[in-house]
Amino acid sequence: MAVINNIKAVTEALDVAMGLDKNVIVFGEDVGLEGGVFRATQGLQQKYGIERSFNAPISEAMFAGVGLGMAMNGMKPVVELQFQGLGLPALQNVIANISRMRNRSRGKWTAPMVIRMPMGGGIRALEHHSEALEAIFAHIPGIKTVMPSTPYDTKGLILAAIESPDPIIVLEPTKLYRAFKQEVPDGYYTVPIGKGYKIQEGNDLTIVTYGAQTVDCMKAVEMIKSTHPTASIELIDLRSIQPWDKKMVIESVKKTGRLLVVSEAVRSFGVPAEIIATVNENCFDSLKAPLARCTGYDVVIPYDRGEGYHQVNPQKVVEAIKKVLDYKF
Amino acid sequence: MKYIGKFDPQKDEIVRVMDKDGKIVNPKLAPTISDEEVIKAYSIMNLSRRQDDYQNKMQRQGRLLSFLSSTGQEACEVAYTMVIDPKKDFFVSGYRNNAAWLTMGQSIRNIMLYWAGNEAGAKAPDGVNSLPPNIIIGSQYSQATGIAFSEKYQGKKGVAVTTTGDGGMSEGETYEAMNFAKLHEVPVVFICENNKWAISTPTVQQTKSLNIAIKAIATGIPSIKVDGNDFLASYAVAKEAVEFARSGNGPVLIEFDTYRLGAHSSSDAPDVYRPKSEFEDRVPYEPLVRLKAYMIAKGIWSEEKQTALNEEQDKHIASEFAWVEQNKNYPIEDIFNYQYAELTEDLKDQLAEAKEFFAKYPETKDGGHH
Ligand SMILES: Cc1ncc(C[n+]2csc(CCOP(=O)(O)OP(=O)(O)O)c2C)c(N)n1
Repeated sequence: MAVINNIKAVTEALDVAMGLDKNVIVFGEDVGLEGGVFRATQGLQQKYGIERSFNAPISEAMFAGVGLGMAMNGMKPVVELQFQGLGLPALQNVIANISRMRNRSRGKWTAPMVIRMPMGGGIRALEHHSEALEAIFAHIPGIKTVMPSTPYDTKGLILAAIESPDPIIVLEPTKLYRAFKQEVPDGYYTVPIGKGYKIQEGNDLTIVTYGAQTVDCMKAVEMIKSTHPTASIELIDLRSIQPWDKKMVIESVKKTGRLLVVSEAVRSFGVPAEIIATVNENCFDSLKAPLARCTGYDVVIPYDRGEGYHQVNPQKVVEAIKKVLDYKF
Repeated sequence: MKYIGKFDPQKDEIVRVMDKDGKIVNPKLAPTISDEEVIKAYSIMNLSRRQDDYQNKMQRQGRLLSFLSSTGQEACEVAYTMVIDPKKDFFVSGYRNNAAWLTMGQSIRNIMLYWAGNEAGAKAPDGVNSLPPNIIIGSQYSQATGIAFSEKYQGKKGVAVTTTGDGGMSEGETYEAMNFAKLHEVPVVFICENNKWAISTPTVQQTKSLNIAIKAIATGIPSIKVDGNDFLASYAVAKEAVEFARSGNGPVLIEFDTYRLGAHSSSDAPDVYRPKSEFEDRVPYEPLVRLKAYMIAKGIWSEEKQTALNEEQDKHIASEFAWVEQNKNYPIEDIFNYQYAELTEDLKDQLAEAKEFFAKYPETKDGGHH
């Protein structure tokens, strides 16, 4: 067991997978010698050679398409996009080709590939470096999308993604890359795709979140104790966005009768809306308050001076919790 | 034409007027330019360099965001923007264009405001057709092509100039834009500032092309390679290229052979990936030293003038930064107001909600990081 942060967890996952299977290769902008802008692939070229970990010319559309070709022909490419907002040229291939290959070839060709990308705000980055576009990926049938928040889940989900026979998008919140460390098992293990993680049990309110907002929510759950000392809150880290752990969320809301979904993405047409709709369909009889969400606003992610207005923060979550808990019919 | 078509990119021919010591080695290729204009160009190059240095310091203190410096690339940036009219022509920039922005007439104040994280800095003043920094690499080539198409279609006389790096030339969109631009013969000057590095990826891992200029050949666009650290050569070719495009001959591509002397951005460390010897070989060719030597030899510049210029520019930079520090924040309305021509009903509600929250908890605006 080693105590590592999220970045190191990415490196370890790739290292373990490359050690086990020579068809696993990683490429993307600057991933070779330097190990990418966040150093996630640092050391892999030195260990596995330039043919298995290399810099690719800047062309995200090509990364996705070439990765698809490799995957169809027996390899396990792990493509790194430098940032989610800069990986948009790859989106065409993700939507039009990668997600559809199994279906359109009636199972003859498949796309067992992984695309990793740093995402999310709160790191004082430049324009296009803070987007949270998980809803766009989750909306595409044929791919799966995961967003780990802890080192344990990061390593386990990336290994599960590499093992998966389907194309997987791994969203990595930049804010959490070096935020904290955790004990992580050495060697191979996986975290199942589609399973949530219950951070804490509770009876009065279910909070569902993922990525960097797990940290905001954990703080909020502490803060709310000062005004609502008896409130018992169940906190769920979704870990997988699509497929997501409906069962865990539905069971939880049936027990608590209240739901708050927290995500930093812009508000409209987002992942929280999907979760709320599903809970509404399945738990209507148990509900004690309107289903709620705490999100960013529907604006272009502001540059640094305005970003704090847009970001979810623990106090915003606290206010949202109060509204749900204090609701009277 | 003196340059375009006369230098063959397929033979890797390059336009050069002065050597590394600022001595004119190719007098026949020297442009017609007044001493006054040369001094003006040099002053902007000097200003940009000092601004880069200052911003680096401020960034290390956490007072500016990460930014991309033009250090080492000032000669070509000043050259290609000096030869266009900011009112009539368009500059569709990349993100590493400080010297070009200054030449276009963007203020230091705005540029610093932008790197302090305030979008207001991205707005060019009236009469300056300079687009905001373009972070998504490659897409500026299409935008410039569209602008140029409109100029031609509407019978206007403007030219669009756009630039990217050697890495950027790997994005398919640059080829796609050039192809369209040539088909419609639109007045656009495509520029590549080949500074040899794309973050940690060197040009040789970006392309097997002999050079960047030849990438235009397949589209039918004439192209030319120039010593981008040689102000006179850069100016001469840029001027001819803009005139070429303006006179209805269609697009042209210039590859400026230059070198990134600094880090990729103020948050990366080139020592990890860049051979020290390569860097040291390139330093003597840096553009300010060369142009200054030329000016001194010509008797139009002196160390006294240099000292005075440095003092004046440093004072200006520092006082503009002081203003920026005082004025970098903005009200919450600013994140909502520019989404649409008018706030939608839904956004009005969201703004009201945000205002109510931040009136109650103003300290949470900083998200804990500044
Ligand atoms: C579409 C896109 N992909 C990736 C990036 C991330 N990125 C920022 S700068 C850079 C390197 C660009 O190198 P080059 O084009 O040579 O220009 P330079 O920075 O050297 O001036 C990369 C890959 C980006 N900004 N846009």
